[in-house]
Amino acid sequence: MNEHRPRIAVHKFASCDGCQLALLNAGEAFLELTRLADIVHFAEAGWYEPAAAVDIAFVEGSISTPEDVERIRAVRASARHLVTIGACATAGGLQALRNGLTQSADWLAAVYASPEYVRSLPDSQPVAAHVAVDVELWGCPVTTEQVLAATGDLLRDIAPAILAEPVCVQCKQRGLACVLVSRGEPCLGPVTRGGCGALCPAVGRACYGCFGPAGLPNTAALARRFEDLGLRREDIARRFLFITPAAQPFRDASRRYQDPERE
Amino acid sequence: MSVPVYLPRPQLQQLFDVLIGYGYRIIGPVARDGAISYDEIVSASALPWGIRVRQEAGVCRLQTASDERGFAWANGPQAIKPLVFAPLEPLWRMSRRGANFEVEAVKAEERPTAVLGVRACDLAALALQDRHFLGGAHVDAHYAARREGLLLVAVNCTHPAPTCFCASTGDGPQAASGFDLALTELDDGYTVSAGSQVGEGLLSHLALLPATPSQLAGVQQALHHAAAVQTRKLPGSNLHDVLLARLDHPRWQEVAERCLACGNCTAVCPTCFCHAETEQATLDAGSSTHRREWDSCFGERHGYIHGKQLRPATLQRYRQWLTHKLATWHEQYGRSGCVGCGRCIAWCPTGIDITEEAAALCAPQP
Repeated sequence: MNEHRPRIAVHKFASCDGCQLALLNAGEAFLELTRLADIVHFAEAGWYEPAAAVDIAFVEGSISTPEDVERIRAVRASARHLVTIGACATAGGLQALRNGLTQSADWLAAVYASPEYVRSLPDSQPVAAHVAVDVELWGCPVTTEQVLAATGDLLRDIAPAILAEPVCVQCKQRGLACVLVSRGEPCLGPVTRGGCGALCPAVGRACYGCFGPAGLPNTAALARRFEDLGLRREDIARRFLFITPAAQPFRDASRRYQDPERE
Repeated sequence: MSVPVYLPRPQLQQLFDVLIGYGYRIIGPVARDGAISYDEIVSASALPWGIRVRQEAGVCRLQTASDERGFAWANGPQAIKPLVFAPLEPLWRMSRRGANFEVEAVKAEERPTAVLGVRACDLAALALQDRHFLGGAHVDAHYAARREGLLLVAVNCTHPAPTCFCASTGDGPQAASGFDLALTELDDGYTVSAGSQVGEGLLSHLALLPATPSQLAGVQQALHHAAAVQTRKLPGSNLHDVLLARLDHPRWQEVAERCLACGNCTAVCPTCFCHAETEQATLDAGSSTHRREWDSCFGERHGYIHGKQLRPATLQRYRQWLTHKLATWHEQYGRSGCVGCGRCIAWCPTGIDITEEAAALCAPQP
């Protein structure tokens, strides 16, 4: 362990706050973390010192406003290790569905009473689009096990092992029957990074791709299989856009099935 | 093997009662989640009565029939493998003790387990796993502990799926050895023979009848039919030389374009034994659990060695799997690693067919 007490910050950008719960819901392990390190900034838990220099800065949320760009640069400058937690910070999140859409100005006017106060970047972007990221933790949300394993490694200056095995690995370890094979469900498990413990297949549902693309995501072959299952082209296009629509392999897969005239 | 005797279907529960009386937990087939699954059961009523399984490349559907049969299907995604080669288990725990550390072995569960409804292909696969985990100088203690307590009740396969090709690998459809009891299902009951002393002992507790000549003829006919209807086959029993001579065949790229690299084939394969070992440390690194879990040559970590990915592309991973299974396995264990169960065909989400790929790769070249 380092001579000085390690310092940790948890920053939030455009997100639902759900990934921060991986820490807040960790129970005794969270108390253990406060024994091993000083949590100097974690607004949702009550600590507020956003400019503090830290050993580990966890970042939740995507970069979606000009202020976010300035803030993430400051976070980077003050952190020894920057760790993105979750689909938003790592891949732009669900809100990246708006990326590349020309109608989004009309939508603002339709949704907000005073759209002139909304200042957004054209795209919702991952943190890595703006600053160097040391560790990316995928998931929507990330799990306590994932965050604590990475934290423990970083406290000891070890590069965390980030697995990119597909959901199918955990699905088969749990003894579940493949929902794609046995029910014809359009499951994204074969192209999605594991980490959730095959949550959806365990209740008979198709994977939504919450943990982003697996190591070698053959989305083209899976999309062809979805065609065989009878999915319409537009449903295949949407299927890949559920949680991490800006992740390149999923975005490319979706584009191949989008009707060019609707863009 | 003992002389076959006959167990009328209403008396099948006796077998359950005897096994439970001896302290066994019974793992048997049930229809669950659209497939045949091997779960803990205590009653013959839990068996998949009247269930048929339509299995094709990448497709499995349960169907119902109007008869009383409970074993009129080929197999499910798993059978014995998870019971002996655990999908995920702790092997040992380490704890800091001052400047030193202590290691404590984690003992494997040793509950006596009877598996009912084991197929010939599963027994052939178990024999291969036994050689891997129990053969040689270093016996795997966890596998050994679970294997020792295993009682195997085979049920010969009378309803192979179109994905099956055990006849071509010589591993089925009739169980030849490695079981304690072997049953063959007929319209109203089962012929039974013992394959071990334990099996003989069990027979003495059952209300058996002598098997009639017509029942025995029915068994022969059913097993002959089960072999004859199989249409898939491998292009030879030893593909070692031909496959290793074709490592640059264009077919590898073709199959890689269809392959999801998801590892389902390796997970359902009853002979695949690869595993990864991972460390799960507490936050303060005061202690750590060393775990073993199923791994797959299609995954990211299998070919990753300190800073280098040896098999970065799906082509290399599929080629690794197939050439190990059908070629270099001969060097390791004196036979192919394929027992013809067809699980990798049925449970491949894109329906890649090992027999079709092997045939394409091994076809005579101009």
